[in-house]
Amino acid sequence: MRAARPLGGRVVSRTFLAALVIVLVALYFLAKRFMFGLGAVTNLNDGYPWGLWIAYDVVTGTAIGCGGYSMALLVYVFNKGRYHPLVRPAVMTSMFGYTLAGVAVFFDIGRYWHIYNLFLPWYANPDSVLLEVALCIALYSLVLWIEFAPTFLAHWHASRWRTRLDRAMFVFIALGILLPTMHQSSLGTMMIAAGQKLSPLWQTAWLPLLFLMTAVIMGYAAVVFESTLLANRYGLPGENRILGKLSGGVVWLVAGYLVVRFADVILRGQLGLAFKGDLAANMFWIENALFLLPLVMLAGKSGRGRPRVLFLAAASLLLAGGVYRFDCYLIGFNPGNGWHYFPAVPEIVITLGLISVELMAYLWFVKRLPVYREA
Amino acid sequence: MCCPVRAQQPRGGDMDVQKNCMPDRQKLTGVSRRDFIKFCGVMAVGMGLPVGMGPRIAAAATAPQRPPVIWIHGQECTGCSESLLRTSHPTLERLILDLISLDYHETLEAGAGRQAEAAFDQAVKKSAGRFILVVEGSAPVKDGGIYCKIAGKPFVDIVTETAAKAAAIIAIGSCASWGGVQSSAPNPTGATGIPEVLKGKTVVTIPGCPPNPYNFLSTVLYFLTFKKLPDLDDLGRPKFAYGRLIHENCMRRPHFDAGRFAEQFGDEGHRKGYCLYKLGCKGPMTYANCPVILFNDVGSGAWPVGTGHPCFGCTEEGVGFTIPQFTEADVEIVTPAAAHAPITVEKGRGMSKGSAALLGGLAGAAIGAGVMVTKQLGKAESADEKEE
Amino acid sequence: MQIKRRDFLKTVAGGAALAAAPSITMASDAVRRLPGAVGILYDSTLCIGCQVCTVACKEANNMPPEFSGNQRRWDNPVDLSARTLSIIKEYESGNRHHKDHAQDGYAFVKRQCMHCVDPPCTTACPASALTKDPQNGMVTYNKDACIGCRYCEVACPFEIPKFQWDRPFPQIVKCQLCAHLLAKGRIPACCHQCPTGASLFGPVAGLLAEARRRQQMTAGKTYDFPLSSLASGKTRTHRAGKYIPHIYGEHENGGTQVLYLAGVSFDKLGLPDLPERPYTALARSIQHTLYRGLVAPIVVFGGLMVLVARRTKDKE
Repeated sequence: MRAARPLGGRVVSRTFLAALVIVLVALYFLAKRFMFGLGAVTNLNDGYPWGLWIAYDVVTGTAIGCGGYSMALLVYVFNKGRYHPLVRPAVMTSMFGYTLAGVAVFFDIGRYWHIYNLFLPWYANPDSVLLEVALCIALYSLVLWIEFAPTFLAHWHASRWRTRLDRAMFVFIALGILLPTMHQSSLGTMMIAAGQKLSPLWQTAWLPLLFLMTAVIMGYAAVVFESTLLANRYGLPGENRILGKLSGGVVWLVAGYLVVRFADVILRGQLGLAFKGDLAANMFWIENALFLLPLVMLAGKSGRGRPRVLFLAAASLLLAGGVYRFDCYLIGFNPGNGWHYFPAVPEIVITLGLISVELMAYLWFVKRLPVYREA
Repeated sequence: MCCPVRAQQPRGGDMDVQKNCMPDRQKLTGVSRRDFIKFCGVMAVGMGLPVGMGPRIAAAATAPQRPPVIWIHGQECTGCSESLLRTSHPTLERLILDLISLDYHETLEAGAGRQAEAAFDQAVKKSAGRFILVVEGSAPVKDGGIYCKIAGKPFVDIVTETAAKAAAIIAIGSCASWGGVQSSAPNPTGATGIPEVLKGKTVVTIPGCPPNPYNFLSTVLYFLTFKKLPDLDDLGRPKFAYGRLIHENCMRRPHFDAGRFAEQFGDEGHRKGYCLYKLGCKGPMTYANCPVILFNDVGSGAWPVGTGHPCFGCTEEGVGFTIPQFTEADVEIVTPAAAHAPITVEKGRGMSKGSAALLGGLAGAAIGAGVMVTKQLGKAESADEKEE
Repeated sequence: MQIKRRDFLKTVAGGAALAAAPSITMASDAVRRLPGAVGILYDSTLCIGCQVCTVACKEANNMPPEFSGNQRRWDNPVDLSARTLSIIKEYESGNRHHKDHAQDGYAFVKRQCMHCVDPPCTTACPASALTKDPQNGMVTYNKDACIGCRYCEVACPFEIPKFQWDRPFPQIVKCQLCAHLLAKGRIPACCHQCPTGASLFGPVAGLLAEARRRQQMTAGKTYDFPLSSLASGKTRTHRAGKYIPHIYGEHENGGTQVLYLAGVSFDKLGLPDLPERPYTALARSIQHTLYRGLVAPIVVFGGLMVLVARRTKDKE
């Protein structure tokens, strides 16, 4: 079995520097946010208290970071050991995604110095979905760092610690399957509280199931997307065969998801809203088309073998899951009463800044740590 | 014989008034007891007291022992004394002849020069500890107070020395209250209000330029009746007169609330009696009761705003003679407008050019990168196929 | 790829549980009104739009004026906000001649926190910053608990909690029924000052009874209407208007402690048509079914540990 190695090469590339510039601009806006309040850098308001930062950085970002979860499900629950080489890079991406989501939460909440209140039993409200989400995400982030720790330990040649950790790892892997199941579904449950403000095209008691399914789909899609992208960029031979088989399974999951999605809308008698020609209707079709397209592309075995098809299908699935989440949290959310919202430039830049940090960290990690395996 | 009008007395009248009836004097001045008691009732209401207090005020006013009042003048125009001349309930004669013992007043006294000085010293000595000191005008303090001297003595020293022997001190007019017009920048004489000169002492201030004389009279009568001063605010102003902004009592307030303003003197709004806020009316930041009791007992409209001239805040330090006439006032107590919010109002910031451009650019870049990667992957595929 | 039957069944079972969960939890979990609940009865037909309630509220709660546009003359917010806890809004139609008429008429509505029986905000808040008093049912805010996540804003169907967007150390702001005055034996400032009795304070049971009494009134006849509070003893004689035969807040969103009567339909006044069960009750029951006592998670965790341990051993 080929061993994982650092990819090597210069970390400070043009991409790295471009990301750095974005991070610096974002830091400027971040300073404004902390000095003058959220209103100084965002267009958030009392009609739209949650905007880009929640919809993308937290909800979509963690779903993209479900690669580790999806791979753990596959390898440890469904016992598909052949996918094991994909686990480590997936865990790394997940680790970044979740850590940055946590950082984004810290930027978004207004009384961030009280964030530890969620861990205090006299403040924590067990009836609140958000409490469960927050605690699960916090714990899962820790689990991801522990799951990735062997890579650090290998880099530092700390074999004794590595052995000890390996022995206890099954606990963390188990947590790494339980926790995302809990919080990714609860991210869906959270929008049930929005009530009638969320369009009936999305508001349903089945939100937890739909969010969970799309999270798993996005996890796989993230792994495929990243693998094909990396193979292309760094000339790696690619894990095409494994990815092809993986995508075969994903097809079933996407089909199952679409069945549940449409059955839910139709049984609630709300499909008519999809034909109104307004923004909600259009986004509904775009969202589902983005799920359907990869289904078609990956249906045939030959398609699944081609990196280009895999890449496009994965990109489409990531976009689809992202659009679904944006629809639930932002676009399908209409508080009425004349409220408008669109992210402000500083708001967008801060999100870009977080993505850039992730990119910079990613580049350092894959080039300096034994994450990917070579030819 | 003693009280020819006793038969006309209302039931439950004050016993002291009965005992104390002054039939001869009343006959002389032509005021019946009923009218007098009515006047006391009006005075009571003017102070915000219940009408039933009227007889008590009457009793105090007709007590045989008239309290001594010593009235001194500093940097002033005598307008405050002049405004007292325009009173009718009581008239100035009634005040100084029947109600108080005006032992010294430069404008009204008959004497002058050394005679007057002697009268002043004697009055102060005779009533030391018992007299009410009324100060009209400010005291300049610059250069040792030489810019206002009476009988060779700086007025500031006269104030300090005389106040030490007074039972109560009233500063009448804006000059005495806080310095008045002469204290406006650059204040070359160092004109200072009496409360600041007499730091630490309780000084009742009746600001205004001139103040409404009834504010002064009511305060004096209150003191005579209850042997204590009325409720004062932190500037020493009686709350019954200076407890509210002009804005709160102004009869043009509905125009303000509805947004109907005179924009220029003589325009249609001005002629219709609209609010004078835009012409610089300082009503919203001036405490006084001008719109309530008006001036000169000649009926409605007898106050600046009523005549179409915006208030300039003559009672208020920092406003009167300080803020330019046409500078819009700060509204100290902000209340809702007459109009109401509609059920739904468009609010919140939507897409801007910047955000649209940024997102558009990002989307373009992402699509571009995606296309490039796809192409490269396609090339790699064909290369692989060729190899095979 | 090949899916082992066991694994497939496991997945289906899990999915079915999740899907069935909502129907399982449809059982009655309705929260009841507290016997000691206090609230406000707002009667739009009595309201004259004088806005003294707005002034009194600002004074009692030390709220600054809120300016619309560039002027700084009037306190005229367009909506509730971090500076305005109570506002009067006006419905207008046509030439606006007739009070409480839907056509060519106008009507007033007072908007403030509804102090719901089963408040979505208290269920949603992860840090218990918004809590409902167990005796009088007032929903109050504790800034020391709050993390500023604004989930309460998402959850409230009346859009009541507002946030201080312009502050570096922001709070959530909303009407708290003048809890600080109630503690001293006084009543909410708005009710205390209202000259017509449009805002009336009292125990909710009494307010409901009063509302029903008004629904029985004959339009145009003269009646006595209580002023300030049911217990004040003060009344005002007034000709009854024509009421919409519905007490808003009796059942909406599980019931509220602030009730409305009006002469025009409530949707025209901006009061949403809500089902009897708050959506947060559904979310809460999903959470309870799945996670109560953390039993299910612990069991699954145990099972997963066994499974994973076996797999890792297999590989070695």
